[in-house]
Amino acid sequence: MITPLLTPPLASIQGAIEFIFTPQTSNVTGGKTVGGIDQVVELLLNQLELTIFALALSMVIAMPIGLYLGHRGTGELFATVIGNAGRAIPELALIAFMAALIGVGVANLTIALAVLGIPPLLTNSFVGIHQVDRSAVDAARGMGMTELEILRKVEIPLAIPTLFAGIRSATIAIVATATIAPIAGVLTLGDFIINQNVYGDNGVLAGAILVALLALTLEFSLAALQRRLTSKGLKLNPA
Amino acid sequence: MRSEFTRLRAAVALMLALALSLGVVACGSSNDDSTSSNEEGGSAGAIVSNSENGKVSLTIGSKNFPEQEILGEIYAQALKAAGYKVKSDLNLGSETVAHQAVKSGAISGYPEYASTALTSFFGVEPEEVPAGATPAYEKAKGEFEKEGLTAFPPTPFASANAVGTTTKFAEKEGLKTISDLEGKSEKMTLYGSPECRQRIDCLAGLEKYYGLKFKSFHPVDIGLRYTVLEKGQADLSILFTTDPQLAAEKDKFVILEDDKEVFPAGNVIFVSKKSTVEKAGPDYEKTIVEVQKGLTLEVMQELDARVELEKQTPKEAAAAYLKSAGYVG
Repeated sequence: MITPLLTPPLASIQGAIEFIFTPQTSNVTGGKTVGGIDQVVELLLNQLELTIFALALSMVIAMPIGLYLGHRGTGELFATVIGNAGRAIPELALIAFMAALIGVGVANLTIALAVLGIPPLLTNSFVGIHQVDRSAVDAARGMGMTELEILRKVEIPLAIPTLFAGIRSATIAIVATATIAPIAGVLTLGDFIINQNVYGDNGVLAGAILVALLALTLEFSLAALQRRLTSKGLKLNPA
Repeated sequence: MRSEFTRLRAAVALMLALALSLGVVACGSSNDDSTSSNEEGGSAGAIVSNSENGKVSLTIGSKNFPEQEILGEIYAQALKAAGYKVKSDLNLGSETVAHQAVKSGAISGYPEYASTALTSFFGVEPEEVPAGATPAYEKAKGEFEKEGLTAFPPTPFASANAVGTTTKFAEKEGLKTISDLEGKSEKMTLYGSPECRQRIDCLAGLEKYYGLKFKSFHPVDIGLRYTVLEKGQADLSILFTTDPQLAAEKDKFVILEDDKEVFPAGNVIFVSKKSTVEKAGPDYEKTIVEVQKGLTLEVMQELDARVELEKQTPKEAAAAYLKSAGYVG
């Protein structure tokens, strides 16, 4: 029976903040410094870029299908089965699988991360449009709107809260998972987390803090955007 | 009727989706087909059982990854053949745990890489770790002695980082040593583990000591180090000298000789408590040093291949080694 006898050197919030702003020495780099604001910004931008690529790809794939099926009111099974099965695909295995097919790098990661975004986008687009009050749709049709106009002027505005819930879920899933990108050729903030022996415990904690801050920032920005786009009539307390 | 049909359709769709995602998983780890199984060469003195040793109980440890487990099994089985009562604990999580276990007496001894011992236990910076097996061993031995531990002489093989490429590419570019990359590396892409980028015993060292600049460095998971070469994406990839693929696909991959000795010596040394060595008598060191004589780089690659690619157990691989090298009848 072996009990852990060493207490590992603990990271501190203060140390992590120092790591974010000032380059630090490392035991294994032969004198080169690591961390600091320049490296943080570089990795953060890479992560943001990858997130935007993957989110855009998943939206282009999932939303037209979801909106169309929702409007037609058919294919519920398709939307929910893809939605649920898609969540079960293991991301690491997918990256490794595609590494053998198309190699590693931005393309691999964009597709692998887009797969994470598709389920919530597809399901929410379908449900959002499908649940719109049929009498509103019938009234629009009675006024002589074309099907596309009904979708654009009636259904989408009424479905904004549900559509945005899907976009927000997809964004958070993608940006959080983009942290593992350094295993497939793109340096994101996960580099600080994966390489404890280069960056030290403070670097690991700094990486975790930065990823969390990035995710929260995106979440709040999208929430603000959603509020602006939501029709006044749908708000509980219109501003 | 209609709802039954829908349910059936749902079940079929679900099974399809499941099969699809399982397919993805299965494909993720499918580089374990081609293998070779040539017998290890070399003949050595058979281990003689000594009834005196039956009074001594030993526990042989190792860290919990294939190469370590194979080594642990080899030492344990050899000591058993020498007449000792041997138990094994081949599931120690990290070098820190193993080091503490041997110091506290929870295990009698375990195999450790000289480079790991120096950097992890004794605060030696990677660039100060000798690349030669003997100086690295001497240095580690001295440090271990201060802690009341004894280190036996190193194995012939060394487990270390290496710059690797495909045989085709090496022939085309005329590459045998890392120095041969001079003047050519600017056009080549290098892939390696994420931590490699900044480590002095990896990319930082290649830049500093060989003066090499690469077209680009791409971090990848170590599980993909051969995939990127096979895929033709990487010109060069950081491999490990004991990789089973190097034995299994000899004609496909080569490693470039580290002619300036930048990568630290990762020969294995067996570490025990001094009091354990004294209690166990002379056969202890004799058996350990004798049984590791056959462990050349090729043999270790082959043993790793048996376990990692052919899915033999470390126990089976170790037994096969002892038998074919003539240590046991």
